[in-house]
Amino acid sequence: MSGEAGAAVPASVPASVPALAQLPRWQPFEWIVALRFLREGRMQTAFIIGGVAIGVAVIVFMSALLSGLQANFMRRVLTGQAHIQLLPPKETVRPLRADTSGLKPGLVEGAVLQAPLQRLKSLDQWQGVAAQIRAMPEVLVVSPAATGSALVVRGDASRAISVVGMQPELYFRIVTMDDKIVRGSARLGSSDILIGTELAADLGVDLGDKLRITAASGAASTLTISGIFDLGNKGANERSTFMALRNAQSLLGLPGGVSVLDVTVRDVYAAEAVAQRITAATGVQADSWIRTNAQFFTAVNAQQSSNTLIRLFVALSVALGIASVLVVSVVQKSREIGILRAMGISRGQVLRVFLLQGGLLGLGGALVGSALGGMALLVWQRVQRNADGTPLFPLTFEPGLFAAALVLATLTGLVSAFAPALRAARLDPVVAIRG
Amino acid sequence: MAESGQAAKPAAKPADQPTDQPVVVELKGVRKSFNLGLPNETEVLHGIDLTLRRGEFCAVMGPSGSGKSTLLNIVGLLDRPTQGLLTVCGEETTALADHALTRLRGHSIGFVFQFHNLLGAFTALENVLMPLLGDAGFPNAAMAERAAGLLDSVGLSPWRNQPAGLLSGGQQQRVALARALAMNPALLLADEPTGNLDTQSADAVFDLLRRVNREQGTSVLFVTHNPELAERCDKTIEVIDGRVVAQAGG
Repeated sequence: MSGEAGAAVPASVPASVPALAQLPRWQPFEWIVALRFLREGRMQTAFIIGGVAIGVAVIVFMSALLSGLQANFMRRVLTGQAHIQLLPPKETVRPLRADTSGLKPGLVEGAVLQAPLQRLKSLDQWQGVAAQIRAMPEVLVVSPAATGSALVVRGDASRAISVVGMQPELYFRIVTMDDKIVRGSARLGSSDILIGTELAADLGVDLGDKLRITAASGAASTLTISGIFDLGNKGANERSTFMALRNAQSLLGLPGGVSVLDVTVRDVYAAEAVAQRITAATGVQADSWIRTNAQFFTAVNAQQSSNTLIRLFVALSVALGIASVLVVSVVQKSREIGILRAMGISRGQVLRVFLLQGGLLGLGGALVGSALGGMALLVWQRVQRNADGTPLFPLTFEPGLFAAALVLATLTGLVSAFAPALRAARLDPVVAIRG
Repeated sequence: MAESGQAAKPAAKPADQPTDQPVVVELKGVRKSFNLGLPNETEVLHGIDLTLRRGEFCAVMGPSGSGKSTLLNIVGLLDRPTQGLLTVCGEETTALADHALTRLRGHSIGFVFQFHNLLGAFTALENVLMPLLGDAGFPNAAMAERAAGLLDSVGLSPWRNQPAGLLSGGQQQRVALARALAMNPALLLADEPTGNLDTQSADAVFDLLRRVNREQGTSVLFVTHNPELAERCDKTIEVIDGRVVAQAGG
């Protein structure tokens, strides 16, 4: 320690220097000390904020990317099909029981059963069932449809098609046809038909042309092409056709009947549970998209689990980083802690000073990390493009994701600071001052 | 309070020192052992009796390792005696909980240590302000004024916005003294505050302590190795091997 002459009088310190210039009045004691300690060890603070920022940036970038990717998959899968389908029960063979033939009563004859033909048939009491489902709060749309196979003939060319007869005002809320129409419109009058681009090319037809559709039963109908669509799948564009429900009913021999009820629900991930409730309530077999696209759903689930795991490990490494910096800081600041305790600062106040430092490191890192993650997403969106220059898939910047990152990183900071803060609070002031 | 800058003449011991002043600190049979219950248990204080009244300036002398600092830590409520009674400002402290001791320490006792007295992250003024801030929770104008006044009284107004680490040793000790006085304590504990200073600075710091003691009636327990400074105190106790072996004055 040097003597009195060590420091010269500063060049000019006006007497009117505001005494509290450095201490904002709204800041409590703990904030003031925590911020000052962080500022004093600025190199350490900068490094750990950088470490937290990278962790948060990875989480933000990866979460936005995966949720964008998933939303894109879901959109592609679920805008082309219903979430739940109600189908008529399959026909089964009932074994003949003979009790008069001299054999034992209840003995079954004919051990080999042949699977019966599945005829096209209507859902029993479908209006009642549809009304019952529509009343469920989870359900958005219930659309009846008559579906089956038919043949379209034009000149020497003929093609097998699948006919979907439905009520456009309901069905097009499930399958957003407006987005898929490439020529004409999704309007469906009583004599209109929508066909795919491949079928139109195969038959050499366009808007306004007439097609003769013949069912296996021989029933036929002539319809006008009012729109040509592209479902994004060559097979579907070759075979799918859409027409008004009445046309399909008469063509397929289902007067007044429907072969399927298509249902959409509010929460796509709850589709299976809703399907089970529908089956329980109506007695009709309901298949959710989760069951009919089991592999796809498994892939989505696996993606979500791996995302959660990665987040967990990144958060863990962030927590350990903050904790290790604070442990070192407690050792470095032990004399200061001792002096603070000697001047009447309580253990609780010391604890809060270090907890705050943890929280502030987490928050600071999260702010920088969110900005970095956001920038990385923008860059990614610019660089990764389809051949035609459009983005691979739209990325949504959800404020909720950034808010969650801020809150979680701050909480992680607070939690990871707990052990070092406790150590600081429990320091014996005598030992701390002695160093 | 201006810095004298020169070794002041030994102050005459006031003959009219009132002995009926209230007792600020009283130790009765205070013992302190370390490593209690372990094979290496060591008793460093062996039954200390000591009374310090309001306005008394008492020097504590003794060789290194004699237990002076332990005694000071116990009187300062930083450490607890293993046995015996300790009364500070009329409050018997041996049964008090940690938070009550902290509160009593903050309001009644000021410390000046030999080394590393200040918080390096803060300016001189902020260091003085810190006990007031810790007690009140939020900064306010009144505490800033008091801190500025205290800094002025130790002659350091021009340095008030200087980071504590940039002050000289003597200046740091004077800031520490101003800080120790922030809560207007009844008792000042100074553990070799001049031990690391040159003679001129040591005298200046001692004079300041003496002046605070005389003007404000603050009792002072002053650990020193310097017999000249001890001579200038109201009374002197000598601690050797954890026992008070001699008392003079008072």
